[in-house]
Amino acid sequence: MASNKKYWKNEAELNPNDSIVEALRQNEFVQEIPVDEFLGDKENLSATNTDRRDFLKYVGFSTAAAAMAACEGPVRRSIPYVVQPENIIPGVANYYATTIANGFDFASILVKTREGRPIKVENNTDAKLKGGANARVQSSVLSLYDSTRLQGPLKDGEPVEWNSIDADVKAKLNSLNTAGKQIALLTQTYASPSTAKLIAEFKEMYGTVNHVTYDAISEDAALSAFEARYGERALADYNFEEANIIVSFGADILVDWQGGGYDSGYSKGRVPKNGKMSKHVQFEANMSLTGANADKRIPLTPMQQKVALAQLYAKLNGASTSGEIPEYAQRAIESITQEIGKNKSAAVVVTGLQDVNAQAVVLAINEMLGSKAFDAKAPKYVRQGNVKNVNALIADMKAGNVGALIMDGVNPMFTLPNATDFAEGIEKVDLSVTFSTNWTETTEMTNYTVASNHFLESWGDTQIKKGHYGLIQPTIKELFDTRQLQSALLQWMGSDKSYYDYIKETWSTDVLGEGDWNQALHDGVFTAGSNVVEELVETVAAVVEVEEETISTIDVSSAVRNLASATSGGGMELRLYSKVGMGDGQQAGNPWLQEFPDPISRVSWDNYVTVSKVDAENLGLINENVANGGLDGSYTNLTVNGITIENVPVLIQPGQAPGSVGMALGYGRQVGMKSEMQTGVNAYPLYQGYNNVQSVTLEKSAGTHEFACMQLHNTLMGRGDIIKETTLEIFNTKDHSEWNKVPMVSLNHQEVPATTVDLWDSFDRSIGHHFNMSIDLNACTGCGVCVIACGAENNVPVVGKEEVRRSRDMHWLRIDRYYSSEDTFEEDNVKKDEFDGLSGDKGSLGGFGEMEDPATNPQVAFQPIMCQHCNHAPCETVCPVAATSHGRQGQNQMAYNRCVGTRYCANNCPYKVRRFNWFLYNNNDEFNYHMNNDLGKMVLNPDVNVRSRGVIEKCSMCIQKTQKTILDAKRDGRSIIDGEFQTACSMACSNGAIIFGDVNDGNSKIAELKESDRMYHLLESVGTKPNVFYHVKVRNNNEA
Amino acid sequence: MKKVIYRNQISKVLGISLVVFLLFSISIFAQDEPATGSSGDPVKGKTLFNQNCAACHSLTRKMTGPPLANIESRLSEDEGLDREWLNAWIKNSAGMIKSGDAYGNKIYTEYAQAPMTAFPTLSDTDIDDILAYTAAPPPAPVAVAVTVDSKDGSAKSSDITNELILGALIVVFALLIMMLILVKKTLKRFAIAKGVDLDEAYAGKGLSLWKAFVQNQFLVLVTSIFLLLAAAYFAFGWMMQVGIDQGYEPIQPIHYSHKIHAGDNKIECKYCHSSARVSKQSGIPSLNVCMNCHKSIYEYQGNPEGPTKEDLANGYTNEFYTGEIQKLYKAVGWDEENQKYTGETQPVEWVQVHNLPDLVYFDHSQHVSVAEIECQTCHGPVEEMEIVSQYSPLTMGWCINCHKETNVKVEGNEYYTKIHEELSKKYGVDQLTAAQMGGLECGKCHY
Repeated sequence: MASNKKYWKNEAELNPNDSIVEALRQNEFVQEIPVDEFLGDKENLSATNTDRRDFLKYVGFSTAAAAMAACEGPVRRSIPYVVQPENIIPGVANYYATTIANGFDFASILVKTREGRPIKVENNTDAKLKGGANARVQSSVLSLYDSTRLQGPLKDGEPVEWNSIDADVKAKLNSLNTAGKQIALLTQTYASPSTAKLIAEFKEMYGTVNHVTYDAISEDAALSAFEARYGERALADYNFEEANIIVSFGADILVDWQGGGYDSGYSKGRVPKNGKMSKHVQFEANMSLTGANADKRIPLTPMQQKVALAQLYAKLNGASTSGEIPEYAQRAIESITQEIGKNKSAAVVVTGLQDVNAQAVVLAINEMLGSKAFDAKAPKYVRQGNVKNVNALIADMKAGNVGALIMDGVNPMFTLPNATDFAEGIEKVDLSVTFSTNWTETTEMTNYTVASNHFLESWGDTQIKKGHYGLIQPTIKELFDTRQLQSALLQWMGSDKSYYDYIKETWSTDVLGEGDWNQALHDGVFTAGSNVVEELVETVAAVVEVEEETISTIDVSSAVRNLASATSGGGMELRLYSKVGMGDGQQAGNPWLQEFPDPISRVSWDNYVTVSKVDAENLGLINENVANGGLDGSYTNLTVNGITIENVPVLIQPGQAPGSVGMALGYGRQVGMKSEMQTGVNAYPLYQGYNNVQSVTLEKSAGTHEFACMQLHNTLMGRGDIIKETTLEIFNTKDHSEWNKVPMVSLNHQEVPATTVDLWDSFDRSIGHHFNMSIDLNACTGCGVCVIACGAENNVPVVGKEEVRRSRDMHWLRIDRYYSSEDTFEEDNVKKDEFDGLSGDKGSLGGFGEMEDPATNPQVAFQPIMCQHCNHAPCETVCPVAATSHGRQGQNQMAYNRCVGTRYCANNCPYKVRRFNWFLYNNNDEFNYHMNNDLGKMVLNPDVNVRSRGVIEKCSMCIQKTQKTILDAKRDGRSIIDGEFQTACSMACSNGAIIFGDVNDGNSKIAELKESDRMYHLLESVGTKPNVFYHVKVRNNNEA
Repeated sequence: MKKVIYRNQISKVLGISLVVFLLFSISIFAQDEPATGSSGDPVKGKTLFNQNCAACHSLTRKMTGPPLANIESRLSEDEGLDREWLNAWIKNSAGMIKSGDAYGNKIYTEYAQAPMTAFPTLSDTDIDDILAYTAAPPPAPVAVAVTVDSKDGSAKSSDITNELILGALIVVFALLIMMLILVKKTLKRFAIAKGVDLDEAYAGKGLSLWKAFVQNQFLVLVTSIFLLLAAAYFAFGWMMQVGIDQGYEPIQPIHYSHKIHAGDNKIECKYCHSSARVSKQSGIPSLNVCMNCHKSIYEYQGNPEGPTKEDLANGYTNEFYTGEIQKLYKAVGWDEENQKYTGETQPVEWVQVHNLPDLVYFDHSQHVSVAEIECQTCHGPVEEMEIVSQYSPLTMGWCINCHKETNVKVEGNEYYTKIHEELSKKYGVDQLTAAQMGGLECGKCHY
């Protein structure tokens, strides 16, 4: 039936007289197309000799010419050295031992340089002091090539000559000295004998110098407690390898607790040997990396932790205290007391509470136990910050008593909780000088900004632990017109000595003793003999001591009383923490670190407030996954002591102690940063009184935040064959077929072990090298240093927040984190096995839904996943162009230039390790990280191809490194020794979780590991025969 | 006929060049005759001088040390120093400086306080010989020879022969064609004279060849298929050449002649390209390596007979080469006058001849040190190249062919002992090729 309804698109159509409607009815365009400009000039047009045919000829010719020109290769220039340095051979890497000491991270490292430019940080295995380079230290090499670095000295933001700075500063210092006005030196922790001596000399010359050490994230309580007990402002050292039982009250010992570096010792004790491994109990509020690795994790708010610590102390002394803690914690304390009683000297207790009482109690307990893991004799100097002095300085500044303020390695305008006070004070300072590598919140406020050296361009020395010295040597000449503080101080003191000479002198008189300078410089570390140490420490300590103070001892029993009576100030408790990937935020401009996913939340490019599920429900806060796979979260306003920070994204964190919330420091830097790097929210304003525990109120605010979360599936869903786990008891008493079951498959209607069935014919792999990699889930703490090391070695691009959110991250190596849905993974397995039918109580429909939710206090497991280099690789069989193929040495090889980007291989990979280059990430300003500028590109490894758009890439098992090892051996005409074959990840892992080697070498470590009872392959039932294998995770659940 | 005549010419050229050669040999000897009546043997002296002194001294110019021409007479005339002094100085100059010898100290200060190496091993006779050599007048600039030497002459004349043969052939063919045309014309004239109508004569003899061809469809089809295939073959071949720069011969900022260095002077490749032994890169030598020799070699005298005709045609005169050495001095900042570095350097921007794409990893040391392959295998006769050009195609097929054909050099290399034993048993061969060793796997070169 014909309809006479009239449809209209626009109100104007209803008006029949509308000229536009009429015009549109006749013509496609309302207005005439303006062709008059080039066709209007009839005269000219007719006079021209160029007709249509000519035009086509020109087009054709120019197209052809352009096409022909493209066939010609470009002329490449090559510029050799004029005078080639003796030890630089193009194409051969040099290694220099140095030390990082940036005030937050302290580690002995080796720096790999190629053609004179540092490209990679490795662990210095010669260092006796444990603690390898963490993710931030690994990334620090990229900060050297930061394109936003300051390139010369500035006065009020304008470039200025060194002469004028030197003259001005010297004149000012002299006049202040005569006027008797304070010259303040506000610096990071150096832990450097030479710097300490130099500052003392500086003080001698200008009498009114006041040196204040300031740590952005303070360990003041621990330092004060140690000082009160042992008379020296330092931190006790711990060796967790020695401990059978580790009890931690909120101490993130695997991340940055008391300067960090404890994870390698911890991991060594965690691998079951002769049926024994350490047991780790963690009381904590936030789900930390440490808590995730603990055998037993007890979620408690910081206030409850204090009470629990007091109770433990009392119980160990057979007494009792007041204070209420939940019943489960009470039970835990009791069982721990018994276990400590059994182990005595093999037990250790630590705390991360910024409370002098708590720290004092812990020292008392460890001393009482005579803990082997506890070392107060040779303490560590990696944190020296003194809160009292910082506060005094700010007060002095505000009172106008400070004449000059010289700052180095600190950014107080960003990191101080009371930055406004500081800003007010700095106005009243006559002369302010900041040494900084970048333009920051603080440099904005100061008169002079001295562009400072990166540590890879500097000289220096360290004493990380008493008697353990390290040297910092430059690995490259200053890239820009920069100067380090020590050189400037020497200059301002009128000395013509270089800082290098100064260190050498200090070392020959104070440090080396019988030792040899060249050897120490070569090794990067020097360990003093025991008798030398005593004298040294006295001289150095005398210098370090800022002002003589009477040290008040802390009475332990009153400390315990104070702890036991701890109450929260109402509201929720906020536990501020530092992320393994960001630390105190001084490397916030580093794209590798920004893209590094947090090991627990798997979120990159952000910080957020972590809230327990219960609290989130009460406050109406939500997290949800949206259609494109991204994670969205609510915003909240956080108020501490009347200070509010607005619109902090919320992440609901399984395991967060109800009543507590967590937030990472170090994010939210803005000034002098690329817009891409300005991520997260600054939490320092909440860091009141330099205490990492605050009373906070949360309020939901409008809007949703888009996270860049790398892992959306949180639980293991009872798939026990992905992460195999058992308890120490079962591991010790039962056969491995019980706890490390080989999956069964059906063959000819019979159940047979999957390892015996094969769809393919196997090749003989017994000849030559056959590389295997072993990953021990017990030793792996999930710290992620391997992720950064892999990226640095293999030129893995940074893709940015938006792309990560679209699951297009390029990391060749990822660390999967799984939560359990029940309290333990084992209960998950049981629950899944007991599913019966689709619906009902034990129905799988509802059951699987439940299993997607992590428990309130879940078990956590980490699993590093890279290409498994399957001997029967599913990716190889589907590639239409044979771009991926298998080598005899076991590596699954990827020829990028052959790849056409069909991505069949990525689809067919059961481990999902293949990464597709959606874009050209280098030389592309859309990806403004480091591969689009000449400076940032200097960090690229010249031995590895930089991939282009449209190809698949993946872990190559560092074939460039294995090939180099083989070639070195061939050149020397020798066979290869076990341990020579390394990958970037295995070298970076100081925990010993990743071992790499040649299984055909019968005597190798890897061959031994492959025979271990704990060995299993990932998804064995698929029959891919991977060359990467894992070791079953064993948990020590033994109760006393 | 002509060829025979030319053969006589060749022998003439040979004869003349032999004469020239002999003449020059004589003149060389003549220069070495002692000019003054010194007791030493200047010929021996020259050898000794080149062995011991030439690194720091020249006869006529300042180098690290002072010029030594007529040093003995100059010393006695200007400074009143005798032979004793000179002997003592040569044997232990440092001692003399220490003992406060006036002239010794003066020289020492003048030449940047660089002490002269002591030569206690030189006997008095040796010193006599050296002094006799220095007393001989410095060699006069060699007259530019216009004739060619015998070796070059023969090479050149063979080139000429080829050209002449070709020319002669062309003439012969031209004559033949002319004769044929003439014959045809004559025959036509005969035919017309005899009254034969040529058009009529051919009219009945069927179609012409072309028309017959066009009418034969099968033949047309086959031909066009053949032509298409041939076109495709050549087009493919041409397109596969895109990006292959075999024969690429760029002009370099300094005309560095590998022919003179590696060919005439037989300098080992790896003396300059030393990193080829240990690194993936063969390395362009840094300028300080050049200066190892060119501190004392400041002018080109490589061909005492003067440049050849061919060189002259290209402008490669001795002055030209000396000018190139000057370019080196400028780049490296070498003040020839005062024999020291000024510190003002201008790094040389060489044009890379061999460009492997980034997607391939090639390691020189693997091939040079482990496999002990001659550089020439891939780079061609560099020692004959005045300007270096890319000799090999550097394509993947070229690499693979070599890997398939070349045996791995396993003798004396402990690394290979085990794998060679096992693999050769597996493949049943005595010698393994690089391919059998795994040298064809993608990942060995692409990562």
